[in-house]
Amino acid sequence: MVDMAVIELSRLQFALTALYHFLFVPLTLGLSFMLVIMESIYVMTDRPVWRVVTRFWGKLFAINFVLGVATGITMEFEFGTNWSYFSHYVGDIFGAPLAIEGLMAFFLEATFVGMMFFGWDRLSKRQHLFTTFMVALGSNLSALWILVANGWMQHPTGSHFNPDTMRMEVTDFGAVIFNPVAQAKFVHTVSAGYVCASVFVLGVSSYYILRGKWVAVAKRSFTVAAAFGLASALSVVVLGDESGYTLTDNQRMKLASLEAMWHTEPAPAGIALFGIPSMEGRKTLYEVKVPYVLGLISTRSLTGQVAGIDELVVKAETRIESGIKAYDAVERLKVNRGDMAARAVFEEHKLDLGYAMLLKRFMPDPRKATPADIEKAAWTTVPNVPVMFWLFRAMAGLGFFFIAFFGAAFWMATIRRFGCANGFCRLFMRAAVWIIPLPWMAIEAGWVLAEIGRQPWAIDGVLPTFLGASSLTVPQIWTTIIGFTALYGTLAVIEVRLMLAAIAHGPIEDRASGGTHSQPAHPAYAAVPAE
Amino acid sequence: MVPPIDYETLRVIWWLLMGVLLIGFALTDGFDLGVAALLPFVAKSDEERRMVINAVGATWEGNQVWFILGGGAIFAAWPFVYAVSFSGFYLAMFLVLAALILRPVGFKYRSKRPDAKWRARWDWALFVGGLVPALVFGVAVGNVLTGVPFRLDSDLRAFYEGTLLGLFHPLSLLAGLLSVAMLVLHGAAWLALKIEHGTVHDRAQRFGQIAALAAIALFALGGVMMATMGYGFRLEGAADPAGPSNPHLMTMLAAPGAWLANFSAHPWMLAAPLLGFAGPLLALAGMRARREVMAFGGSSAAAAGIIGTVGLSMFPFILPSSIDPASSLTVWNASSSHMTLFIMLLVTCVFLPIVLAYTAWAYKVMFGRVTLHDVRTNPDFY
Repeated sequence: MVDMAVIELSRLQFALTALYHFLFVPLTLGLSFMLVIMESIYVMTDRPVWRVVTRFWGKLFAINFVLGVATGITMEFEFGTNWSYFSHYVGDIFGAPLAIEGLMAFFLEATFVGMMFFGWDRLSKRQHLFTTFMVALGSNLSALWILVANGWMQHPTGSHFNPDTMRMEVTDFGAVIFNPVAQAKFVHTVSAGYVCASVFVLGVSSYYILRGKWVAVAKRSFTVAAAFGLASALSVVVLGDESGYTLTDNQRMKLASLEAMWHTEPAPAGIALFGIPSMEGRKTLYEVKVPYVLGLISTRSLTGQVAGIDELVVKAETRIESGIKAYDAVERLKVNRGDMAARAVFEEHKLDLGYAMLLKRFMPDPRKATPADIEKAAWTTVPNVPVMFWLFRAMAGLGFFFIAFFGAAFWMATIRRFGCANGFCRLFMRAAVWIIPLPWMAIEAGWVLAEIGRQPWAIDGVLPTFLGASSLTVPQIWTTIIGFTALYGTLAVIEVRLMLAAIAHGPIEDRASGGTHSQPAHPAYAAVPAE
Repeated sequence: MVPPIDYETLRVIWWLLMGVLLIGFALTDGFDLGVAALLPFVAKSDEERRMVINAVGATWEGNQVWFILGGGAIFAAWPFVYAVSFSGFYLAMFLVLAALILRPVGFKYRSKRPDAKWRARWDWALFVGGLVPALVFGVAVGNVLTGVPFRLDSDLRAFYEGTLLGLFHPLSLLAGLLSVAMLVLHGAAWLALKIEHGTVHDRAQRFGQIAALAAIALFALGGVMMATMGYGFRLEGAADPAGPSNPHLMTMLAAPGAWLANFSAHPWMLAAPLLGFAGPLLALAGMRARREVMAFGGSSAAAAGIIGTVGLSMFPFILPSSIDPASSLTVWNASSSHMTLFIMLLVTCVFLPIVLAYTAWAYKVMFGRVTLHDVRTNPDFY
């Protein structure tokens, strides 16, 4: 039997370290491209103020970037340390994108970032712009490969179970890379990062404008952020990753649970604006629905059906029954690899093997399951519906809010040129400072939604989460959870303080930044005077 | 699609590539670790320390990717090894991760505030970030040589019986110290190459000479322990080198002394331990003669020779089990599928040369010694 305490603690640690890592990643993804835009303007116009703009945001980028990198190391090794059966079971497919990420993306990002910070007086302007671009490209490619890996966990294509090696193996590498779920997730995730960076730049710039400090730098940054943010906010909503939700039973279950749709409705299904989903009663109370919208968004058609939770659970039962046959065949093949009859049964039922493993939560041998056990296991395929329902509404609501927010900012920067008669501009800018944390909340909500929605599976339909963990002990995992929390907590406090200090200091460069003595800067680094 | 290279060859290629990655890591990030471990000793004042830090400032980030790529490549090509070793060394891995997290943050944040206490704290963080990984990697290799206490059930799930303290025994301590000596030597050689002539440069050379002597002595002692205490495992009967990756399909036994068998069967393999001795000697001579390039070449050869010796002595074993030799992981039973190995080889052939090209460019751009003048005037320096 499985020690659920080990599973829950392993999940807790992974969730904590991943959510922490993703506090830094979105800013890296977005700010790197904004640096490219700012520096391109500098190279094209040759106006020194744009150099100051680029170097100032580059300084904030550096403070953030390093923690993204440092905490990313944990993520790569945690699969092996805490999810070793997962790593064995799917490493043949899942390891490849992680290795390619290192080779194609992370090397690019990390090698060029050194030149971006240190190369200002060793490279020509164009060469330096090129290094900045390579950093942006590398960090975004990095996201691509990580989401190819994550997308495969949500929608495991191009692979099959091999009873000789007791693991999943690749059959079609192209299908793994061009996985539609991965593609949708990539666009959605990097766009969210761009929104995050835009909100950050807009908020800090607003703070400067309100205080009348560094106005020349701040107005230019504000304008770049408004334009980039508007485009990204539109992209993050329009290209949301819902399009993949009709592909498989588990993706359908995710959609049904985040909509708290207990029963299949006639197409096109409506979307709930409000409701109180109840897991016990298996229904949603006080529901307020807008007709047709869900069917249109998720199936992109008028006739496509969105399956309900009840119907998907019934389907899971039949798949568990079929999976038990596959499981039995695998056990026979373990004894005799040449058992052709067992191999034939396995081939017929292999797609459902993972469903039989859901029973291992309740019994060591799924072949001994009663119909009641099977029904119980089938209901474990339903994720936590109220959590899904509300997280989705929080995330999507913020997504729409950002469109309006950047629409207003863009209007202010380009049409009104920062001058509004009735004080609206100042009010807006004050709000812009306060909403800086919102994109982080939306992004973390999105990740929790995606990963809670995948439960009970580590790999949808293939490997239940509770089977993926390493055979560790509870004290071992507590040790590392406490260790990571202490380390990460300390670093978070330091990071925020340094960030605030750098913002308070502003874009001046009055001395060698690392030096202990106040000295006049190298002439090339003299800042433009504040206006 | 059937890959055009046969499975056995691909497995050997990926075994070699794992060696290339480990050596690549030791040659690049290895000197960053050594430099960080030397920081409090070769540099006393703040300006001296900043010279040392900036000697790796622009390139440590890229170097560190060798470590991350090593993890990713082992995951992709040897998922079994990745799964069993990282979870088996659970708390040791946590120590390495914590140290490796402190290091980048130390490099970046130390210079953000001028006060001396703040900087002193980060100096210690950097020291820990350099020393601990170097030590733990060596201890881990020592444990791989004696076997790791794990067993596999019929689902190929791994179970462990070891503890954190159990990782420390004579051979693993020796390997840990050797690893520290080797990387400190490499770090000292890098500082001698990269820092302007003066106090720091000379201190680095002195520490480098001590490290070179220590590396030679420890490596020799390791050889003596191998010959007298008898470590090793061997394959029993005919294993199919192109068969499915499943340890239950072949027989492995503990065979004391077997780690030296490869060298007598294939004498050309003795080139690796010879390099392991010649490298530190060359580095020592280079430092005495103040020929920095020669010293750096020597310390690089030392790392390649010592790592190569371990790999060759164990072939085809990668991760033997001390409590259940039949669960041992070898080149023939722990790899990815034929298809994955082939695809990953293609990817490596395309991207590794590109990586090497732009890494070379980065070093060229940053060419030249770090001077006291630089750290006083360049606002981009740490």
